[in-house]
Amino acid sequence: MSTQLLTYLFVGITFALYIGIAFWSKAKDTGDFYVAGKGVHPVANGMATAADWMSAASFISIAGIIAFSGRDGSVYLMGWTGGYVLLALLLAPYLRKFGKYTVPEFIGTRYYSDVARIVAVLCLIFISFTYIAGQMRGVGIVFSRFLEVDINLGVIIGMVIVFFYAVMGGMKGITYTQVAQYCVLIFAYLVPAIFISILVTGNPVPQLGFGDTVVGGSEYLLDKLDRITTELGFVPYTENTKSTLDVFCITAALMFGTAGLPHVIVRFFTVPKVRDARKSVGYALVFIALLFTTAPAVGAFARVNLTDSLQDTKYVEAPEWFKNWEQIGLVAWQDKNNDGAIQYSVGNAFEGVKINFSDEIGVHGERVVSNEQNLSNKNELYIDRDIMVLANPEIASLPGWVFALVAAGALAAALSTAAGLLLVISSSISHDLMKKTFRPNISEKQELLYARMAATAAVIIAGYFGINPPGFVAQVVALAFGLAASTIFPALLMGIFYKAANKEGVIAGMLAGLTITLSYIVYFKFYAPDLNNASHWFLGISPEGFGVIGMLANLLIIITATKYFPKPPSEVYKMIDEIRQP
Amino acid sequence: MTESNYWRENLRIISLLLATWFIVSFGFGILLSDFLDQFKFGGFKLGFWFAQQGSIFFFVILIFVYVHLLNKLDDKYKKNKQ
Repeated sequence: MSTQLLTYLFVGITFALYIGIAFWSKAKDTGDFYVAGKGVHPVANGMATAADWMSAASFISIAGIIAFSGRDGSVYLMGWTGGYVLLALLLAPYLRKFGKYTVPEFIGTRYYSDVARIVAVLCLIFISFTYIAGQMRGVGIVFSRFLEVDINLGVIIGMVIVFFYAVMGGMKGITYTQVAQYCVLIFAYLVPAIFISILVTGNPVPQLGFGDTVVGGSEYLLDKLDRITTELGFVPYTENTKSTLDVFCITAALMFGTAGLPHVIVRFFTVPKVRDARKSVGYALVFIALLFTTAPAVGAFARVNLTDSLQDTKYVEAPEWFKNWEQIGLVAWQDKNNDGAIQYSVGNAFEGVKINFSDEIGVHGERVVSNEQNLSNKNELYIDRDIMVLANPEIASLPGWVFALVAAGALAAALSTAAGLLLVISSSISHDLMKKTFRPNISEKQELLYARMAATAAVIIAGYFGINPPGFVAQVVALAFGLAASTIFPALLMGIFYKAANKEGVIAGMLAGLTITLSYIVYFKFYAPDLNNASHWFLGISPEGFGVIGMLANLLIIITATKYFPKPPSEVYKMIDEIRQP
Repeated sequence: MTESNYWRENLRIISLLLATWFIVSFGFGILLSDFLDQFKFGGFKLGFWFAQQGSIFFFVILIFVYVHLLNKLDDKYKKNKQ
C-alpha cells in the first residue's frame, strides 16, 4: 500500500474512533458538560490531561527547537513539566475540594466579588484563544503535508471533528476522546524515536541512547554533537548561550504559567475525590514525561542525522526527503561558493524572515529563492525547525506506515488541545458570565444550551483564526504563559494559602500583572521588534520570561492590600478552612 | 486543634518537596549546571542531564512522594471519609 493511502487509512480510523466516542459519551446535564460528572478515573484523567496539555507545538516543534538550540532548549523541557509539581502540591487538591465547575468561579467565590470573576474570565478567554489559533493552524499544516489537501479545507475538517465531540459531549466527550488521542500520539511519537535511536546508537531506549555511543565508534553521541557543531561554527550543542537570569526567568514563567492554565486546571475537577486529584497530577506528568524525555533525544538524533546526511553532499545527490520538503517550501538551498554541494553553518543563509521562492529552477535543479543571499556567512541552507519531527521518519528511511502514524499523532495532539481549550472558553461564558453574572435565573437546560452555543461560536472563531492566522501565533504563545503566570496563578495560590487576601488586592493584582506582562511583550514583539534583544531588555529578561515580573508585582499587591482594605468576610474564612481539608 | 496540626504538617511536607523541586530544576539545571558539567556519567555532562532529562524524572518522583505522604497524613488525622 502506498504511504499516501496508509495515511488516509490511519487518519480515517482515528477520526472514526473519536466520533464514535463522542456519540457514546453525550453530555446529559451541566455537570457532565463541565466536569464529566466528576466520575473520571485518575489514570484516565492523567492521560486526558497529557493529551490536553501536549499540543501540536509540543508534538511537532519541541524536538526541532532543541535540535537547533541545543542546551538553550532546556527551558522548555523543564518549564513545561515542572509546573505539574506546583499543580499537585499547591492547587489541584484544593480546587477539587472546592468542587465547582470553573476557575473564574473559584476566584469569584473566594474573593466574594463579581468583578474579580469577570477579570478572571477575561484573562481566561485571552489565554485560551491565543492558544487555540495555533492548534487549528497545526491541523491545517498536517493535512496539507500528509494528505495533500488544501490547508483551509484541513482546518474545516478539523473544526467539524472538534465540533462533534466538544459541543455534543462537553467535558465527558472530550475526556474520553483525549484518552484515545493520548494513546495515538504517544505511540506515534515513540515508534520513530525508538527506530532512530537504534539506528544512531544501537540502544532501543531513546532516553538512554541520548547518553550512549554512536554506532560503529566509541564516541558518545553528545560529544560527537559538540564536535560537529563546533566544526560548523556553532556554539557547542551542550553549552548555554543565554544569560543565567534569563534562563531562570523563562523557565519560571513557563512553570508558573503551566500551573495557571485554566484548561489544565479544570481537568482535575473531573475526578471523584481529592485523593484522586493528587494522584491524577502524578499520572499526568508520567504520561507527559514519556514524550518530554524522548524529545531531547529525538532532537539530538535529528541534528546528527541532518548534518551527516547533508553536509558537503552534492545537491543532485541530496536525499529524497530534502527535495520533498523543498517543494513544500520549508527547506531551501542556494549555492554560495559554486561547488554544487550543501554547506550548513552558523548564521542565516538568506536576508529577511520569510523565505520566498521564485518560479525558476537553478543550475543544479534547486528551487531559486528570491530573498537576497546573506553573504556575511557561509551558510547555504534554510531549514524550518518545525519539520524535524515530521521529517524524521524520512530522514532515517523508516517504512511508510511510520510516516502515516506520525500524521495521525500530530492531528491527535492538535485536536485534543483545541477541544480542551474550547471547553473552558464555553463554560466560562455560559457558567461564569451568563448563569453567575447576567442571567442568574436561567434553568439548567438553558445553561447547557448556552454552553453548546458558546462552544459552537468558539469553534467558528478558532477556525477563522486557523484559516487567517494572525502573523504572530508563535509570539503570542509567550503571551499566554506570561499572562497565566501573572494573573491566574497568583490569584489561586493566595486564595488557598493566604486567608487575609482580599478582593481589592486580587483585582488590582490581576490587572497589574496583566498590564505589566502585556505591555512588555507587546512593546518588544510588536511595537519595537528591532529593540528586542538583551541590551534593551529590563535586567536582560526576555519577553518570554517577563511573566515572572508580572507575577511578583501581583503577589506584592495582594499582600500590601491586606494592610489597607477590610478583611474578607467570615464565610470566606470558613470556605478556606473547608477546602484545606481533603 | 487537630485541624491546624493537619494543616501545619501539610505545609511542612509541601515546603520540603518544593525545596527539592527548586534544587533539581533551578539549582542543578540552571544555577549550578555549568559547575556540574565537570562531572560526567555515560555520555552526559551532569548539569546538561539535569537540564534536559534528570529534572523531569525528579518532578515525577516528587509528586508521587507527595501523594504517598499526604495519604499517610490523611489516615493519621482520619480524613479519608470521602
